[in-house]
Amino acid sequence: MIHVENLTKYYDEICAVDRISFDVRKGEILGLLGPNGAGKTTTLRMLTGFLKPSAGRIQIGDYSIEDRPLEIKKIIGYLPESAPLYQDMLVVDYLQFVAGLRELDAGARLDRIRELGELCGIREVMHQPIGELSKGYRQRVGLAHAMMGDPEVLVLDEPTSGLDPNQIVEIREIIRRIGKAKTVVFSTHILSEAEATCDRVAIIHRGKIAADSSTTRLKETLGGRSQIHVTLTGADADGVQRELAGVPGVTGLSLLDPSNGAVRLVLTCDATCDPRPELYQRIRRTSWTLLEFHQETLKLEDIFRELTKES
Amino acid sequence: MRHALTIGRREFNAYFTAPIAYIVIAIFLLVTGWFFFSTFFLLNQANLRNFFGLLPIIFAFVVPAVTMRLFAEEFHIGSYETLLTLPVGFGDVVLGKFSAACAFVAAMLLPTLAYPVAVAALGALDWGPVIGGYLGAVLLGAAFAAVGLFASALTRNQIVAFIIGLAICFGLTLVDQMAFFLPQVFASTLTYLAADVHFQNVARGVVDTRDLIYFLSVCFIGLYATHLALSSRN
Repeated sequence: MIHVENLTKYYDEICAVDRISFDVRKGEILGLLGPNGAGKTTTLRMLTGFLKPSAGRIQIGDYSIEDRPLEIKKIIGYLPESAPLYQDMLVVDYLQFVAGLRELDAGARLDRIRELGELCGIREVMHQPIGELSKGYRQRVGLAHAMMGDPEVLVLDEPTSGLDPNQIVEIREIIRRIGKAKTVVFSTHILSEAEATCDRVAIIHRGKIAADSSTTRLKETLGGRSQIHVTLTGADADGVQRELAGVPGVTGLSLLDPSNGAVRLVLTCDATCDPRPELYQRIRRTSWTLLEFHQETLKLEDIFRELTKES
Repeated sequence: MRHALTIGRREFNAYFTAPIAYIVIAIFLLVTGWFFFSTFFLLNQANLRNFFGLLPIIFAFVVPAVTMRLFAEEFHIGSYETLLTLPVGFGDVVLGKFSAACAFVAAMLLPTLAYPVAVAALGALDWGPVIGGYLGAVLLGAAFAAVGLFASALTRNQIVAFIIGLAICFGLTLVDQMAFFLPQVFASTLTYLAADVHFQNVARGVVDTRDLIYFLSVCFIGLYATHLALSSRN
């Protein structure tokens, strides 16, 4: 559906996006992840035809953006960052305006607006000026704006920024619902969001793609390592270290600050073998009391931090 | 073209949802009314020459104030991005906003129709120059709107847009006064460039193609420059 090849954008001397290439299949939800200033917004702006690329090619559907910008705008719905809409207009007037530009049949407009009001949960603010809405409602109006023409491709720039946790969950739910039938590209700097919503993530760092694969694959390839947290009472730090450090599969052991006389430690493990049964057996043979014992696989968060570390 | 109309209608309505439209119209009517009627009874002549004589200078101030927000505000709040990623071209946007500004100027002139009606009640008014004057006023307003639109497309600051628009419109109005200082060759060119001269020709009731072409070409140049300013932005 979307084919991007060697996309580059220079602002004067500064290179914001540096030869990015990726593809998005129909019906896929792609998350663009990256720290602030990584080039996410610039990439999306080029994708929607708002900015002209310095070099590279973008093809959406059957059209290339250079030759047929208008055709591409027709099949894309775009929500820019923080939903900049006309402040003075009533929500319903604004949606009417968008419906007009999207060339909906005059008779079908009100039905479509009603339908989107239902989907985005903005029915009760339809007759309020956009400037008086809270950020969450404005974002939802922006979402309704983007979906007005029932576009094939939906591009959303940080759709959940500045929302409260309930609203974030709702917006994600909407995105996932749309993503079943449409192609969605959205940017975010919140990792759990990408993890929860996307089929695939592309991590952008300093204008380059640092990683691009499905969320599960990304965790498998980079996140084979895991950590085991253990808390024990009635034990002394030296004894614990002697007993547990030698277990096969454990590559590192670090003690945390003790609390209430309990010894807390974190064991790092590699992917080769699972040390948990052996650890448990050894602890059972002692007189210690086991309070906590759980494993954490390396999260997308850690992978992200590793990939975008300032070198 | 249909998109230009949709955008134009939205812009025109937007004028009247904010107080600025009413303020601009009120100031325009106050200023024209004051200058017109303060000398009207002294001159004791049933014509509107005084009203139309002042119009170019007043328009040079008022029309840039009408157009200043058209692009600058959109750049400032970012809605320009939302608008331009809808299926519209630069041409639709420019024409839409231009037509809204022209319609606003026409709406602003509408209440002044009370002047000729009042004057006709007081004496024998020659309607020819009045009709010519209003035609000229609309043409002049359109030309200045195109200039103001261009100024607005240059910046995200409405004040800056106003000052640039004012400077150009003011220059166009008074450029023939400078002709006096220059050699003959330049003088005629400068006089041709003066909006005031062309406007007064039309306002005498003589509609000459030269004057029409002047106003239409100012509109065209202004709109084309706006188009260029927008497309070089990204």
